[in-house]
Amino acid sequence: MSDSASSATGDSVDLNALLADSQVRSVLDELDRELIGLKAVKSRVSEIAALLLIDRARKQVGLAGAPPSLHMSFTGNPGTGKTTVALRMAQILHRLGYVRKGHLVSVTRDDLVGQYIGHTAPKTKEVLKKAMGGVLFIDEAYYLYRPENERDYGQEAIEILLQVMENQRDDLVVILAGYRERMDTFFKSNPGLSSRIAHHLEFPDYGPDELQQIAQTMLAQMQYRLSSSGAQALREYIPLRMAQPHFANARSVRNALDRARLRQAKRLFAQSDKPLTREDLMTIEAEDLRASRVFG
Amino acid sequence: MKITQGTFSFLPDLTDQEITAQIQYALDQGWAISVEYTDDPHPRNCYWEMWGNPMFDLPDAAGAVQEVRDARKAHPQTYIRVNAFDATRGFETTRLSFIVNRPSNEPGFGLVRQEGAGRNIRYTIESYAAKSPEGRRYE
Repeated sequence: MSDSASSATGDSVDLNALLADSQVRSVLDELDRELIGLKAVKSRVSEIAALLLIDRARKQVGLAGAPPSLHMSFTGNPGTGKTTVALRMAQILHRLGYVRKGHLVSVTRDDLVGQYIGHTAPKTKEVLKKAMGGVLFIDEAYYLYRPENERDYGQEAIEILLQVMENQRDDLVVILAGYRERMDTFFKSNPGLSSRIAHHLEFPDYGPDELQQIAQTMLAQMQYRLSSSGAQALREYIPLRMAQPHFANARSVRNALDRARLRQAKRLFAQSDKPLTREDLMTIEAEDLRASRVFG
Repeated sequence: MKITQGTFSFLPDLTDQEITAQIQYALDQGWAISVEYTDDPHPRNCYWEMWGNPMFDLPDAAGAVQEVRDARKAHPQTYIRVNAFDATRGFETTRLSFIVNRPSNEPGFGLVRQEGAGRNIRYTIESYAAKSPEGRRYE
């Protein structure tokens, strides 16, 4: 590496220089800014970043050491940001030079498990080959193991996965994600898998304030904004929606906002006799939110 | 007799590291990688066996290199080559092809003379290895 000369002199290492040229700081900052809440997750991510940076520094002064195992499991309810963090994780690992390409391959059971005997192994291997040099994200990983059917091909996929996780640790990072309870039973019935995963990250549910902030960030990204009465309506909407069945945290908020945009468009059409300003096109009013069925 | 063919025929055998770098180059060009093997060393033999399917859309060489290793483990005493296929319109052909494995002992070729009409002599070459049946040529 050409930059090693500037940051390592003899047997001392300048950590700040290493940090600067890895550009990992900007990804971490972005993570901090764009993801609301998730304190435990963020601190674990920065711990991992620190570990990799130290590992790199150690390498520069000639201290040997096997690369750390970075396979992870993300557990949490729907809409708590597992996929988003996985994407960021791929970026961070890439900037720190732990994975070579830094792409994320996101798969579910269907992509790994075949339909007949002899179909599973090639399918799983193909996915693994595509994920090499990056991060393999297995969503709803517990579907891989179906205890009720002892001939299920999922077991075969797990075995291939295990082998690669163990032998080609420097080629890819595997992240298993899913709901908390079901992942726990999954790991209990596959102790080999559990023991090869060093980092178990838990994604807690968001509180109403965090969801409000998330909504504001999402709207800002879509170049919308709430009027002050609209913000108040959202504040009332969130606890009501949280009490409803099938509440999926940030995902529900996103859906609610999409429906509000729909109603805003309808409202603007209804008053089409006067010209629309930029402001009108951007603003979501209270009535767009209050038309929701949760207020009914 | 060391048999050479393909892109790096003038070089000594590539190391694993060099093979990885070449495969990575091919992938960066957007070419598809395939692995093939044969135990018929004749230079005009174009029917090599496929080792698995060709690999499309790989970002990183590690997966393809793993296939090369698996092929070597399963067929240590054969010729194994890596091909890189370019699907770009106008090319639509193999852009890179090189040998990554060879039998430990390569007996080489004998010259065969065939006497034709009017004492005409036709020459051809025949591999000593190919005289035994397929699968038992490099035992």
